[in-house]
Order: sequence, then C-alpha cells, then structure tokens
Amino acid sequence: MTSGSYSHQSKSAVRDRRMGWAIALHGGAGDIPLSLPAERRAPREAALRHCLELGVAALKANRPPLDVVELVVRELENSPCFNAGKGSVLTTNGTVEMEACIMDGNTKKCGAVSGLSTVVNAISLARLVMERTPHIYLAFDGAEAFAREQGVETAHSSHFITPENVERLKNAKEAKRVQIDYTQPIKGAIPSSIGDSQIGTVGCVAVDGHGILASATSTGGLVNKMVGRIGDTPIIGAGTYANSYCAVSATGKGESIIQATVARDVAALMEYKGLSLKEAAAYVIERTPKGNVGLVAVSANGEVTMPFNTTGMFRACATEDGYSEIGIWPSGINGDLEYPNK
Amino acid sequence: MVGWAIAVHGGAGVDPGLPVERQEEARRVLERCLRVGAAGLRAGLPAVDVVEMVVRELETDPVFNSGRGSALTRKGTVEMEASIMDGHGRRCGAVSGLTTVKNPVSLARLVMDRSPHSYLAFDGAEEFAREQGVEVVDNSYFITEENMSMLKRAKEANSIMYDYRVPAPGVDSASDGLEGAKVENGPLMNGLRISVYAPETVGCVVVDSNGWCAAATSTGGLMNKMSGRIGDSPLIGSGTYACGDCAVSCTGEGEAIIRSTLARDVAALVEYKGLSLQEAVDYAIKERLDEGMAGLIAVSRNGEVAYGFNTIGMFRGCATEDGFMEVSIW
Repeated sequence: MTSGSYSHQSKSAVRDRRMGWAIALHGGAGDIPLSLPAERRAPREAALRHCLELGVAALKANRPPLDVVELVVRELENSPCFNAGKGSVLTTNGTVEMEACIMDGNTKKCGAVSGLSTVVNAISLARLVMERTPHIYLAFDGAEAFAREQGVETAHSSHFITPENVERLKNAKEAKRVQIDYTQPIKGAIPSSIGDSQIGTVGCVAVDGHGILASATSTGGLVNKMVGRIGDTPIIGAGTYANSYCAVSATGKGESIIQATVARDVAALMEYKGLSLKEAAAYVIERTPKGNVGLVAVSANGEVTMPFNTTGMFRACATEDGYSEIGIWPSGINGDLEYPNK
Repeated sequence: MVGWAIAVHGGAGVDPGLPVERQEEARRVLERCLRVGAAGLRAGLPAVDVVEMVVRELETDPVFNSGRGSALTRKGTVEMEASIMDGHGRRCGAVSGLTTVKNPVSLARLVMDRSPHSYLAFDGAEEFAREQGVEVVDNSYFITEENMSMLKRAKEANSIMYDYRVPAPGVDSASDGLEGAKVENGPLMNGLRISVYAPETVGCVVVDSNGWCAAATSTGGLMNKMSGRIGDSPLIGSGTYACGDCAVSCTGEGEAIIRSTLARDVAALVEYKGLSLQEAVDYAIKERLDEGMAGLIAVSRNGEVAYGFNTIGMFRGCATEDGFMEVSIW
C-alpha cells in the first residue's frame, strides 16, 4: 500500500482510534419467517459461519480487502443456500441471469457484470472487467464472450438451477406477482412443497488495519423477473460501493435500492454530514420503505453495522478486537447467536 | 410556484478545431430543443414529460451522436442506452443494449411506468420494446458514414490501448486527415485524441412550475467499445439523477462518472452538505473526477440552472421562465 492512500483517510479515523480489520457479509434480507424450520436454517447458518471464518483467516493473513471480499463472495456463490451463483433464482423463462459487482475503496476502481448464464463465479468476472478492460460494466452476450476470452470457469445451467428455485418460480407465477427473494406465502396461494422462499443476494465488505476498504455483491436477482432485468447489485452506488470512508453491500428490493442510491448514500452521509457509520446506515435504512432493504457496512476505522428493515437478514460479522456475530433476525429475537471470537 | 427552468446538453469534450458551420448547426439544434421544452413547460407539462420529449428530439436529430449517429461498438453495430428519473417520488427507468429502438429514452420511460422493474437490457429490453409497440428500425438506420469512419480512426488510435490514460505509441498520427481539424495533439478523451473523439451523449434536466425536477440522459455509448459495455448514462446516480432538490445529467468519460457517482454526488452535496447548486456542481467536477474528464447540467427546485465541466467545451444550453435563453459550446 502506498502512503498516498493514507492522505485521503477519513477524519473519523483519527477521531476514533478503534483501528483494526473488520468484515461483514450477508446472504440476503427479506421476509424470513421466525418459524423457519431447522432444516432450512441450519445449512444457511453453517454457510455463513464457514464464509466468515474464511474471510477472517484471510484478513489475519494480511490479504488485501479486495481479495478477501472476492473470495468470500465466491464461497457464497458456490453455496446452493443463497441466491447467487449456484442457487440463483430464475427468470420468468426459467433461466438464470446472474450479476455481480466489486469495488476497491482505495482507488474507487470497480467492475460489474450482468446477464451471466454460464459463469460459475460472477464476482470474479466482475473483478476481471475491472482489471483487464478499460470499462467498468459488461453485460449479457458481451460479458459471456469476455468470460470465454478470459478462460474463467463456466458450467451448464444445470449447475446453477436447483429444484427449490424451480419450485419458487412456479409459486411466483401462480401467485402472479414478482416477489423479492423472501415473501410470506399469500393467503389462498397454492402452498409450495418447500414452504418458503427464503433466499437472497450475497455480499461482503471488509477493511484492513490500514483503513483500506472493499465491497462485493452477487445475485441471481428477482424470482420470476423479466428477462433482461437488471437490479441494484451491479449498479455502483446502489447495491455496492466503497471509498475511503466505508464499504457497503445492500440487499432487498432492487428497484428501491436503486432509486435510494443506498450504498453511496451511507458514505455520503458520513462524508458530507459527518454521521458515524452506524448513524449513516440507520438513516438510509429508515428512509427506504419498510420491508425493502438491508445492508452490511464497515468503516475505515474498523466499525461494523448490519441494519435492515425487513423481517430478517442472513448476516455475519467479525472485528479484530474479538467480536463476532451470526444472525438472521434482529438481535435479541430468539435464536440469534453471538460467538466470542476464538 | 417557482419559475421553471430547463437545461440541455449534447455532450462534453469538443474538438477546438470543430468547423464553424458544425458549431452553428449544433447551436441551432440545441436552441430548437430548448424551445420545444419551454413550450411544454408553458403548457404546464410536468418535468418528467418535458425531459423525455426534449431528449427524444436530441436522439432523433443526427447532429448529436445518440440514436441516429450513435457511436459504434468494435463490431460496427450500435448499442444504445438511456435513463430517466422523476424527482417527484424518485421513480426511475433505464435501458441498455438497444439495437433497434428509435427512441431509447421513451423505452426507459416505459420501463419506469409499465414494468415492475427499473432497468431492462439487451434481448429483454428489445422484447419489451416490441410488447410495448414502440417504433423500431433496422440497426443500419443508426449507422452513418461518418460514424463508420470515426470507428476506423478510433481502431487505428486504440489498437493496443487497455488503459486509455496511457497513450499508446503512434497515437499522435491518428488525427491526420480529419477534415477541418486544426489540433494535432489534443488531450485524450475516452482514450481518443480530442480531434478524433466526438461526444456521444445527450441529456436534459428540468424543474417545472411546481418545483418538481426530472432528468434524462441518452447515448450510443463509446466509440469502439466492447459489445456489452454499459456506461454511465443508464446508471441511476452516475449519469442521471433527480430528487426533490435537483436534477442532474452527466456526459463524458463514463468510467470516471461511474466511479464518482457524479449525478448523485451533486445532489448529495446539496442535500447533505447544504451547498448551493452551483457550489455542488463545481465541487463535484473539481474534487470527484480525479483524472477523469466530464461535464454535467443541473437544475434545482428553486429554478436555478448550473453547468460544470472540466473538458474542452460542452454542447449546452438553458432557458428559464423569465425569457432568458442561451446556448454555448466553450
């Protein structure tokens, strides 16, 4: 890291001396019922714990935050439990169209992809767009062509499509409405054999001991979405953002996140209004319609916040001073777990 | 009630050697579009209708390189994108990867008004266009001789450029032969010498008599871009933004505008830092672009108009209810 990166360090880093690395990740926000059965809950908690451990190990090994967020999101993409990569929700045509975005808070370089149907790790392709093209954002056929040029791992659609998602699409069509990834079953709607629709976008934010920040988000999007629909995830400033103040990854109803420029606003409130990370994130969440959004964010001086205005958000975080947390519903609701850092 | 105001742009980054008759032609089109917008405002149309109407005019006229006359991808095809945002409610619509839709900004409007989504792209957007019955033409309609020769020059200039901030050897000769160009070695804009580059984006921002703001931006993108490349114009918060306080439309180096979320930043400086519109615009242009080159137009709920650009020139104009109208390039 060059000393040039410190000169732009946020003033809040000096004000609050709690430096140190921090990491937060999410597996999506939405209407996750408290009655979520154990067999649906346990694998997701295990995946969150596993990804958190990977991210923490990488930070302890001094990997740059950009590498950390990419590797954690790759792991989340590879898990079938979450709506990204394997386990992506389906378009109205029964296909997958995946999108992802990564941003380096130190340089504000970023990369984004949309409309991927064969790329196993969309987040890694987003990183290649950032590092190996003069562009920021590639989509659909052009992105798939770039993937082949770069020789990234690709797979047949059967790799990504899970029976649960085929069922979810069927339910959504029968309910005749577009759902965000989590919705309570509608009264009178045909009950699904799965009994839930609880999956969501994935994301990770990280900061190292020097205050360098990075953010990454990945998703299959919205169940039953129109072919070609792009959500908030690949839109810099909406679902993903990082600068010298903070790194943010958002999840929920894409259309709401786009119009509220959620991720950018958290950073803007810190910089222009002098709010703390927690205050800025809470402000943004409160101003977005209830039931629509959650986010994870870390600041340059190692703070973490994970607010949401949905019923729940699959999330996990850890900081260098030993705190860690894995959760689904608001803290204090039965079942939420807190682990002291080993 | 507030005095209405409208501003338009036809792109930032203008060749100082642009022939006078081309400059006059550009001014005439900008004036005509301002008059169209002003008439709509006097008739009481809401801001969102006016920005759509004016950007349609700019898209249709081949003088500015969006719609007909669009930049060509490296395959020699056209991929257009646009976005529109209504500050009243912060509703928005965007489209990318259009190849046959005559007026991309109108399809963006339909995405906002008639789909459950905010952003549609490529095949899905084209399918939506057909469902909605918007006017479509063959992709060749958008391709002009001029743009084909520009693509050729861009390829010659860019052949080994990955990081276009670093000039490739031999680039200096790219401007030879450009008719009317007097500048041999100008600064770079989107990877091309200013004598080769032509701005590709149009936009309009409006505040109506109710104080509601709206913005719209439309583009063919970047000459010689990779197929599938999306720039700033369809990205809410980057190329386009509108809220209760103001409306902004940007143009220039798309990647720089995205990294700086330029349109949202202007509004955030007003909303969160309490700057005036012009202060916010100046700050954003000066502090947020790093080495990027870009420009923007903005209006506020109070009827103010502001421009900012760090490029050589930006085709622009504005009109306000009190009868003031101006068009400028430099």
